[in-house]
Amino acid sequence: MTSSAQIEKRIVLRNYGKIDPNSIDDYVKAGGYSALKRAVTQMQPAEIIKTVKDSGLRGRGGAGFPTGLKWEFAAKAQGSPKYIICNADEGEPGTYKDRLILEGDPHSVIEGMAIAARAIGASKGFFYIRGEYVKPIEMVKKAIEQARAAGFLGKRIAGSDFEFDIEVRSGAGAYVCGEETALMESIEGKRGESRVKPPYPTDEGLWGKPTVINNVETLANIAPIIENGAEWFRAIGTPKCTGTKVFTLSGDVVNKGAFEVPMGTTLRTLVFELGGGIPNGKEFLMAQVGGSAGGCLPASLLDVRLDLESLREVDGSLGSGALLIVDDSRSVLDVVRSCMKFFEHESCGKCTLCREGTARLARLVDKIAEGQANTEDLKLLERLSRIMERTCLCGLGQAAPKPILTTLKYFKDEYLIRVSDQATPKGA
Amino acid sequence: MGCCKEAPALSAEVDRQLDEVVGKHKDQPGALLEILHEVQRIFGYLSDDVLIAVSKKLGIRTSEAYGVATFYSLLSTKPKGKNIIRVCVSGPCHVMGSDTILQSIEDELQIGVGETTSDGLFTLETTSCLGVCSDAPAMMINDKVYGNLTKEKVRMILRSYAEVKEASVS
Repeated sequence: MTSSAQIEKRIVLRNYGKIDPNSIDDYVKAGGYSALKRAVTQMQPAEIIKTVKDSGLRGRGGAGFPTGLKWEFAAKAQGSPKYIICNADEGEPGTYKDRLILEGDPHSVIEGMAIAARAIGASKGFFYIRGEYVKPIEMVKKAIEQARAAGFLGKRIAGSDFEFDIEVRSGAGAYVCGEETALMESIEGKRGESRVKPPYPTDEGLWGKPTVINNVETLANIAPIIENGAEWFRAIGTPKCTGTKVFTLSGDVVNKGAFEVPMGTTLRTLVFELGGGIPNGKEFLMAQVGGSAGGCLPASLLDVRLDLESLREVDGSLGSGALLIVDDSRSVLDVVRSCMKFFEHESCGKCTLCREGTARLARLVDKIAEGQANTEDLKLLERLSRIMERTCLCGLGQAAPKPILTTLKYFKDEYLIRVSDQATPKGA
Repeated sequence: MGCCKEAPALSAEVDRQLDEVVGKHKDQPGALLEILHEVQRIFGYLSDDVLIAVSKKLGIRTSEAYGVATFYSLLSTKPKGKNIIRVCVSGPCHVMGSDTILQSIEDELQIGVGETTSDGLFTLETTSCLGVCSDAPAMMINDKVYGNLTKEKVRMILRSYAEVKEASVS
């Protein structure tokens, strides 16, 4: 067996556990803020954007949009001022990578934001952190003050005429606010309801101004890319999905924790080598990859590579990189049921398909799990799932049916043994 | 809540506190959520009277403030107990047995989800993922997170909060 140190590749967790996260001096000693200095004193915005584009970095929040391209759209957009937002509303069940990054190395994200601001021409940034993350909120606020005092935020950054500052805003318990447009509504002090896209945030974002919104993990990659260059980054991961990804293991696995590995590492490596396998003499039943909005993959797919393309091929998604491992003493439908309850509760209620659809899906799955459903219910479950995937307003409703569709595909028997045409048909 | 309700006669002290919070954020666009967070921290919850007063001071419609106050699960328009217990029921905690944890809290405190103990010490709620999934099952009491819960551990934690109350009484 290979040792975990050989499998892991730390870029965003480079300083995790090695420096005192409350000390900017420690961060600077570890090479911190030198990328920002370079970006403001030696690089033009177009050059920064080109480097990030060439690196192949794609958003780590789930959608996987090319980061450099997003920055370029915002840089070219008409309108002023422009904003950069760090999305730290980490709410996807099973995901805690952003919390670890913020608690372990908050300056790495602040530095990434400042470089992004320089690239797109923003002078103001918002750090939106979920309200439950009490400790990260305090730590980020403190780190921002330190960065200001050290001249890495504020006016005349690193002696240049570049000016940029960050304000922290906290969420208040709404999963949907992790969706970029809902998050912007929340910063504007409104209910966190998703907006219709287009217009995209890079054209009309916060207060209708061009806005770049990036995930914590995405931003933590920026300074190393500026320091080491695009080629260095491209050499890690897969050709289409470069760099590393932080995966967070939970559930029935020996080593629950965060592991940063090159994109394209297999599910088996994560579960059985880094994760140490399944405890208590049980067998692997499935892994839900990417959180509650992710697909449930069976043992036959343990060799799937964890990157955006490979997971899409098996109808799964990389999502936030959460890996919920479930052993064979549990029921597949019980996990699906818990996911549907979650989405029913977290739907913002703005679009009918999601508001009603998540509730109908939850009732249908309940009915099936309780042995009250017939084959028509099963057909309805699949049909409604497909419609929601295509027609819900935002990612919440579009991804909510994923656990259903993947278990229908890979664990169909779990449904079939529970439905009977003799069951009394009741309204779902 | 009636849309045309007149601003209530809040005590001068409450009004002063609200002025202070609103004043602190007066040059900050979109600060409603931040203001409601702070106001709730002072008064424990967002009463109709307080929401009406805040919206007047901000020059926005009360319905807007009420809409925001009722959208977010960390904000409350109803009074709650001194300590708010939030048990995570999302996927990883569910798999690791959050149902049992919830049940043991209900048994220990003799209340259901959404209820407050008769002494006003605890309110029990469920929550979506707290982001401490490697320590599932988990819960939060006020701002503090507790993980790797077992029935016994939960009982000890709850009693430690109850003792704080007794100590402060004596």
